[in-house]
Amino acid sequence: MSTIKITEAPPGLEGSGFFATSLDKAVGLARANSIWPLPFATSCCGIEFMATMASNYDLARFGSERISFSPRQADLLMVMGTISKKMGPVLRQVYLQMAEPRWVIAVGACASSGGIFDSYSVLQGIDKVIPVDVYVPGCPPRPEQIIDGIIKIQELVKNESLNRRESAEYKALMASYGIQ
Amino acid sequence: MSEVNNAYLLKELEEQFAASIYSAEEPYGMLTIELDRKDIAPAIQYLKDHAVLKFNFLTDVCGAHFPDKMGKELSTIYHLHSFTNNIRLRIKCYMPLADPTIASVSAIFNGANWQERETFDFFGIEFLGHPNLKRILNVEEMEYFPMRKEYPLEDQTRTDKDDTYFGR
Repeated sequence: MSTIKITEAPPGLEGSGFFATSLDKAVGLARANSIWPLPFATSCCGIEFMATMASNYDLARFGSERISFSPRQADLLMVMGTISKKMGPVLRQVYLQMAEPRWVIAVGACASSGGIFDSYSVLQGIDKVIPVDVYVPGCPPRPEQIIDGIIKIQELVKNESLNRRESAEYKALMASYGIQ
Repeated sequence: MSEVNNAYLLKELEEQFAASIYSAEEPYGMLTIELDRKDIAPAIQYLKDHAVLKFNFLTDVCGAHFPDKMGKELSTIYHLHSFTNNIRLRIKCYMPLADPTIASVSAIFNGANWQERETFDFFGIEFLGHPNLKRILNVEEMEYFPMRKEYPLEDQTRTDKDDTYFGR
């Protein structure tokens, strides 16, 4: 008997030879367990991320086996580290190059709020230039915290309605960042 | 080469720029002079071309802001090094906040180009005759000179912090 736990099926109707559930749930299940992250690592939080994806903590256990180094193939933008004001437009460009649906996680105090760098040269949180889905606190956060953030992203992905990205609310959010 | 020491260096400088040298001191053995800013380019050219002194290396150009020194708020500091004589010299030039201009020395030492751009970037000191005087480290849209002591230390665009917890 194997002890490996696999993802449970979403709620649905089951009978002999068939299983019926909503498309939202089936797609969400597939997406949530195959997130391709794009690491945007600028400082010490990036080092913690390296530990997170290496064998000890093994991010691949959560379906993020494949780290994407092209924004065009990534689902999740992981911003880890201090983002200076000069880096802001670069980060924004990377975000714009990602295809929908896309998610963003801000790892660490600097990416979330500028952290201790309350200074003329540092962006006071990446949510000044791009929308953020999950914030991971810590300076730097431990790999467990980063994994917790990924699991929170997975919950968002799993439960996201298929037409959220077409909704007026989402378009208004994008418009507030001057995107599209 | 043993005859080249601080006393000889100061004597050679005073022969040429006596009227412009306001003070001279030797903190930790390094000759430091305060020079009128109008003579900075001729003085550096003279030191570079001098047959004995041969100041062939400009170590650093930087700025400083002294908000309490009336009429001498801003300054640029030049560090020169003579490799052949192994002697160093520090030159300070002061200028008022209302007129932060000084001649560029980038035509004499090409290495001054980026150092003067950095000084301009952070202190707003204008180097007259510089070939490409624009910001080098900060974002080009920045509308102020961050190292001047005119601004609060913290970034003023911050909206997520409660000021009462940060002594503002």
